[in-house]
Amino acid sequence: MLQLANVSAGYGSFQALFDVSLEVKAGESVAVIGPNGAGKTTLLRVISKLIAASSGTLSMEGRPLDGVPAHQVIGLGIAHVPENRRLFPKLTVEENLRMGGFLPAARARFAERLEFVYALFPRMQERRAQPAGTLSGGEQQMCAIGRALMSGPKLLLLDEPSAGLAPVVVQAIFGMIRRICGEGYTVLIVEQNIRQVLKVVDRAYLLETGRIKMSGSAADLLGSEDIRRAYLGL
Amino acid sequence: MTVQIFDVFLLEAVVNGILLGGILALLALGLNLIFGVIDVVWICYAELIMIGMYSVYYLHNVYHWPLAFAFLACVLLVAALGALLHVLVIRPVLGAEPINQLLVTGGVLFFLQAVATLAFGVEFRNIGVSLPSLQVGGMYLSVARLIAFSVALAGMVAVYLFLKRSYLGTAIRAISQDRAIMPLMGVSPNRIFVLTSALGGALAGLAACLLVLQYDIHPAIGLSFGPITFLVCVLGGLGNMVGGFIAAFIFAQFISVGGYFLALEWGYVLAFLFFIVVMFWRPRGILGGK
Repeated sequence: MLQLANVSAGYGSFQALFDVSLEVKAGESVAVIGPNGAGKTTLLRVISKLIAASSGTLSMEGRPLDGVPAHQVIGLGIAHVPENRRLFPKLTVEENLRMGGFLPAARARFAERLEFVYALFPRMQERRAQPAGTLSGGEQQMCAIGRALMSGPKLLLLDEPSAGLAPVVVQAIFGMIRRICGEGYTVLIVEQNIRQVLKVVDRAYLLETGRIKMSGSAADLLGSEDIRRAYLGL
Repeated sequence: MTVQIFDVFLLEAVVNGILLGGILALLALGLNLIFGVIDVVWICYAELIMIGMYSVYYLHNVYHWPLAFAFLACVLLVAALGALLHVLVIRPVLGAEPINQLLVTGGVLFFLQAVATLAFGVEFRNIGVSLPSLQVGGMYLSVARLIAFSVALAGMVAVYLFLKRSYLGTAIRAISQDRAIMPLMGVSPNRIFVLTSALGGALAGLAACLLVLQYDIHPAIGLSFGPITFLVCVLGGLGNMVGGFIAAFIFAQFISVGGYFLALEWGYVLAFLFFIVVMFWRPRGILGGK
């Protein structure tokens, strides 16, 4: 579904990604794991065209993404849940969800998808008239994921969904991600919480200082001696 | 022996203050909308109103269009001018220092005034429509002001419903909270900025239609509304639409009631004095926090 071949990118003279190649197949859930500053967020921002790749090619369902402006990426079926949620704090929960379904094609199916999101996150229905800025961290993450689902995406990009949340909330968020994967969504998730995310996804890539260092099934990576020593403290 | 329980002329001043407040609130709404969304102050806002007033004059009095069509054309024309102002003048300086953005729109102010002087001359003109006054319980109320107040209020309600209920209106509110992630919603910030500028222009056009019923038109007419609109916005908290609405009515009461007790000019003096005191007390305006 999504293919990256030898993608490099950066900010000004600082290069954050070097020759990154990866693939996400339809129906798969894939994680990109790695330490802070490895370039994981940059990778998702390149896929969403929020920053331009300096070289390499990206394609979605065989269609090259070069020349596609950022605001048209979601129309190709890629919804991005950004780092730190980035909800509109003064808009209500329901208005945030409405923004997620802004595209004309999504507006026609607003009621149906709203029902789906509320079924997935009943808490959002309770809080629907509340400004998103007043939600707890975990609720904000639900709202941000719900907002992305409102566009009816084929591919969901999740940037550090567990960041800044209490351990018990992190458990709940990963439970939800597992359910979303179970709903048949294709998911690309970027995480520092390696132990948790590898229990949820099918495959993973290890990104270190902007380069893919390792890839394989989640079970393989969990069993890898290097990862256990460097990241899991075992 | 009768005891006078209230002064009918004072009541008239209060009512006139409320009517003036409606117009000031409409003026402030346009400026606040632009600032709240695009983060740029259109110093030349009142000059758009001046152009709108001239367009009504020329269409109605020179080309003999029915007044209703001239009004409609005025709103559409000034809306287009607002969009044009954004594309030609504001967009190139969006990333510049605020002072430069201020100076650029200030330049547009003098440019439009000069062009109007060259094109239309310095004579005072009016559209020759004189509306009567109503006598209500001893008060004399101008019909033009009553119409202006009602239409301004209706215009503000329409803008409120648009911002609150529609997808585009929600996007306009959202973009002022987080510009950078709008593309992830499928929204092009550029398009929203042009749309907001057109809406701000349309509000200036509507104000022009209402003011042309009460005031003569001349190239410097913008100076009668521009500074006061800006002060109302700052008093309410620049970019805060509710604050601007409240501030407009407070300001109008100072002008109207102050003018009643002293002389009209003293009303303005009191209003500006109040403004200065509030600025010491709350530099960001009554409801400002930005």
